Amino acid sequence: METVPKPSRDVPPKKNRLQAKKKKPRRYWEEETTLTAAGASPGPPGNKKRNRELRHQRPKNTNIPKKSRFSRKPQLPKKPRERRNPEPQRSLSGAQDPFPGPAPVPVEVAQKFCRIDKSKKLPHSKSKTRSRLEVAEAEEQEISIKAARSELLLAEEPGFLEGEDGEDTAKIRQVDIVEAVDIASAAKHFDLNLRQFGPYRLNYSRTGRHLAFGGRRGHVATLDWVTKRLMCEINVMEAVRDIRFLHSEALFAVAQNRWLHIYDNQGIELHCIRRCDRVTRLEFLPFHFLLATASETGFLTYLDVSVGKIVAALNARAGRLDVMTKNPYNAVIHLGHSNGTVSLWSPAMKEPLAKILCHRGGVRAVAVDSTGTYMATSGLDHQLKIFDLRGTFQPLSARTLPQGAGHLVFSQRGLLAAGMGDVVNIWAGQGKASLPSLEQPYLTHRLSGHVHGLHFCPFEDVLGVGHTGGITSMLVPGAAEPNFDGLESNPYRSQKQRQEWEVKALLEKVPAELICLDPRALAEVDVISLEQEKKERIERLGYDPEAKAPFQPKPKQKGRSSTASLVKRKRKVMDEEHRDKVRQSLEQQPQKQEKKAKPTRARPSALDRFLR
Amino acid sequence: MKVKMLSRNPDNYVRETKLDLQRVPRNYDPTLHPFEVPREYVRALNATKLERVFAKPFLASLDGHRDGVNCLAKHPKSLATVLSGACDGEVRIWNLTKRKCIRTIQAHEGFVRGICTRFCGTSFFTVGDDKTVKQWKMDGPGYGEEEEPLHTILGKTVYTGIDHHWKEAVFATCGQQVDIWDEQRTSPICSMTWGFDSISSVKFNPIETFLLGSCASDRNIVLYDMRQATPLKKVILDMRTNTICWNPMEAFIFTAANEDYNLYTFDMRALDTPVMVHMDHVSAVLDVDYSPTGKEFVSASFDKSIRIFPVDKSRSREVYHTKRMQHVICVKWTSDSKYIMCGSDEMNIRLWKANASEKLGVLTSREKAAKDYNQKLKEKFQHHPHIKRIARHRHLPKSIYSQIQEQRIMKEARRRKEVNRLKHSKPGSVSIVSEKKKHIVAVVK
Repeated sequence: METVPKPSRDVPPKKNRLQAKKKKPRRYWEEETTLTAAGASPGPPGNKKRNRELRHQRPKNTNIPKKSRFSRKPQLPKKPRERRNPEPQRSLSGAQDPFPGPAPVPVEVAQKFCRIDKSKKLPHSKSKTRSRLEVAEAEEQEISIKAARSELLLAEEPGFLEGEDGEDTAKIRQVDIVEAVDIASAAKHFDLNLRQFGPYRLNYSRTGRHLAFGGRRGHVATLDWVTKRLMCEINVMEAVRDIRFLHSEALFAVAQNRWLHIYDNQGIELHCIRRCDRVTRLEFLPFHFLLATASETGFLTYLDVSVGKIVAALNARAGRLDVMTKNPYNAVIHLGHSNGTVSLWSPAMKEPLAKILCHRGGVRAVAVDSTGTYMATSGLDHQLKIFDLRGTFQPLSARTLPQGAGHLVFSQRGLLAAGMGDVVNIWAGQGKASLPSLEQPYLTHRLSGHVHGLHFCPFEDVLGVGHTGGITSMLVPGAAEPNFDGLESNPYRSQKQRQEWEVKALLEKVPAELICLDPRALAEVDVISLEQEKKERIERLGYDPEAKAPFQPKPKQKGRSSTASLVKRKRKVMDEEHRDKVRQSLEQQPQKQEKKAKPTRARPSALDRFLR
Repeated sequence: MKVKMLSRNPDNYVRETKLDLQRVPRNYDPTLHPFEVPREYVRALNATKLERVFAKPFLASLDGHRDGVNCLAKHPKSLATVLSGACDGEVRIWNLTKRKCIRTIQAHEGFVRGICTRFCGTSFFTVGDDKTVKQWKMDGPGYGEEEEPLHTILGKTVYTGIDHHWKEAVFATCGQQVDIWDEQRTSPICSMTWGFDSISSVKFNPIETFLLGSCASDRNIVLYDMRQATPLKKVILDMRTNTICWNPMEAFIFTAANEDYNLYTFDMRALDTPVMVHMDHVSAVLDVDYSPTGKEFVSASFDKSIRIFPVDKSRSREVYHTKRMQHVICVKWTSDSKYIMCGSDEMNIRLWKANASEKLGVLTSREKAAKDYNQKLKEKFQHHPHIKRIARHRHLPKSIYSQIQEQRIMKEARRRKEVNRLKHSKPGSVSIVSEKKKHIVAVVK
């Protein structure tokens, strides 16, 4: 049956015809398969995709009568084969695969892993470069689908809290939650009653395993809060303004009344950094190994903790700085000022990258979510606002709070917590990393003292609150990312693993100069300098080496290439080129207008939902 | 109220016994891996730096010859065997694994001009200044036997080069003409000439095995078809070509090592423009040899260095030199594409790694994975100025370095003059000739 070209294979595209010629030797066990799956091309599995595309066209061709002249043999009944719903293929045992083909991947999940922005057009380049870029894009696409498929392997599900019909989750008290959950989770709720050492600041380590806190009266302690094992407890006999873990739990920095001090996990003072004096707030950038300090003197200082050098000391020229947060997405430091602006800083620039006027009064607190999309600010005008950080810096939602929030913090999954007096309010959005809706709080909790520090524990549904009465560990179901990455930050890592991770992290320490608003800019094609170079080259050479040579008509047969006809031919080509140009520009015009109507952004904006 | 808290069982995340591997759960969510691009960039930078740190290409020097090494030949079947001919008529066979000479033959009086092995690897041919072609057995003589050639052909003129057919018992010699010989006969099957000058090298095409190329001292490169009595076509260049080498993967591509410091890669079908002009040497290029992959070739030059060029790039990717290496006369890329051998004036054969920073020996799977990953990263970020600068940095001997500077100035002056001429003449009367076309004088068919 294989000697005559099969009627079912009468496909016009050349490639398939070639494949049909290069048929593989048929094995006895394949016979059955080919009969059922008529038209399955024998090409190698590598170009399956191409075959599939061709297959879609096939039903069209069946009706062409011209092709029937090939069919000397009775034609096999041929069905149009769809990709999703093919006839189940039989295996050797005769069993049928009920779900043939690869499993479907939800588009949103694949979108999450997509790194190339399709909306941006590829720069005009040579065909070779262009094809290389296209191949890279296709690879990226495939990788994102594979990564999306691997989501199936994630072990844990995020937590949640739902009220029964009509019940307001904000009314649910911590006691009720503690009663409802399992013992291990219930043990995560605790209060440390430390009245005599005044309001506390606190910080969880990057793995979420350790907690450091420091009180205004000099009480500093770190503990493994999961097992409640105290690692060190000291009194520095000086006011503690802020406390931060450095890259691992073995080191932490304390902003004391005069200078910045660094302690190890046994409470031994390792360094006293006198160049950072009167520090009010600390932030640590773990991938750059930079400790950013904001001081009363108005300086923002970046200290490289891996080599102990001050990378940059920037004068914000806005008086005392005591509102600071980092953008975890791009390591830009946000400073809140008393004139209602928030300024964005990078150590590479002496001036702020951007200044955003957020409030009428001074800014009291700033927080940025983990994807770097939203910034929440609260000011003396009792407003709580959420800004979009992707390009436009526009406010997305705002709300007036009776007291105004003094402390703000985002959780890993995008919950926003605000400390207002002795109350903590938490707002949630729909799903992960979405805009929290400020209408209805998700949870509220009243504490025994005024809130002084807030921090969500990474990878645990816990919010640590430091207040005048001590420390409270609140349960916030659905706050944290359930699945950690073992190579990035592993709460269960051993000492050996930590040491290895430390070496690796130090090896790939990102230089401070690379901090900018878009961290992916480094991987993009630098069109501006390319064009600049081209221009310089043309200037240097005196002519454009890549310019298209003007059309020169070839001499034809004797007697046929008179000057007039040469000129005529030349004219013809020139006119044709001109017409092409005009046609192209006409085609582009409506596109441009469309573009104006719908500005394409790097990522879909939250505002897109209002576009009708 | 429905509530679920995140509660992990540590047993799922911690290994059971100390003998187990640590459990490392992965989550590829991009928000858990911030600064992906800057971190990759730093890794690429580190990989590039390490590449330069580990770039130690020189492996061994084989000494034993008592005069300059004039020609080299690879064994077609054994990677470890190399043959070399010297200016005093001596041929040596080397074992590369032991790095020792295993056999010495006094083959000719005067220079050994050319040496080539038979495709089966059982014998090899040499030509010398004493107007003879000799065929030798690859294995040494038995106990008590005398070292003597299998066949000797006495010619009328001096032979300057020899190459063997890749599949048949036919070889070609060159001198005043190109002779094609049958191994069984003592006179050539046919001899072809075009012009009257001495031909310095002849090479069989490894794919289209009937094709030959030769280069002569009257500045031309001639192509022949063995089945015809007359040559096919020739191209005349500005200066003399010393050697040519066919691309082992693309039948119609060959590269010519020219006296004007450049190498020219030609497409045989369109000889009027070379596909690429490779320039980096600062003195005459004496020999060229392709890597078996056909993607790169190595060239030996009178400027005491060898350079590795990608076929599609005009600049070299690597330059090798040592203090003691004098004018390099011959060079070969080994058949496993990992090593390069060069024979030079000062009687030594040197063995180099083709990839300067490559780790030799068997790699573990993790090493291999790390190597591949680093390679990909270097590729991805190769155009970043900082990385490019480190990757391109090479130490050069002072003589070569100053020569490069000088030639750059000369070239710049020439270019400036050309631009000025263009600027101050009637538009259209002076045209810019591209670098590729500049060196081609004519193509004759």
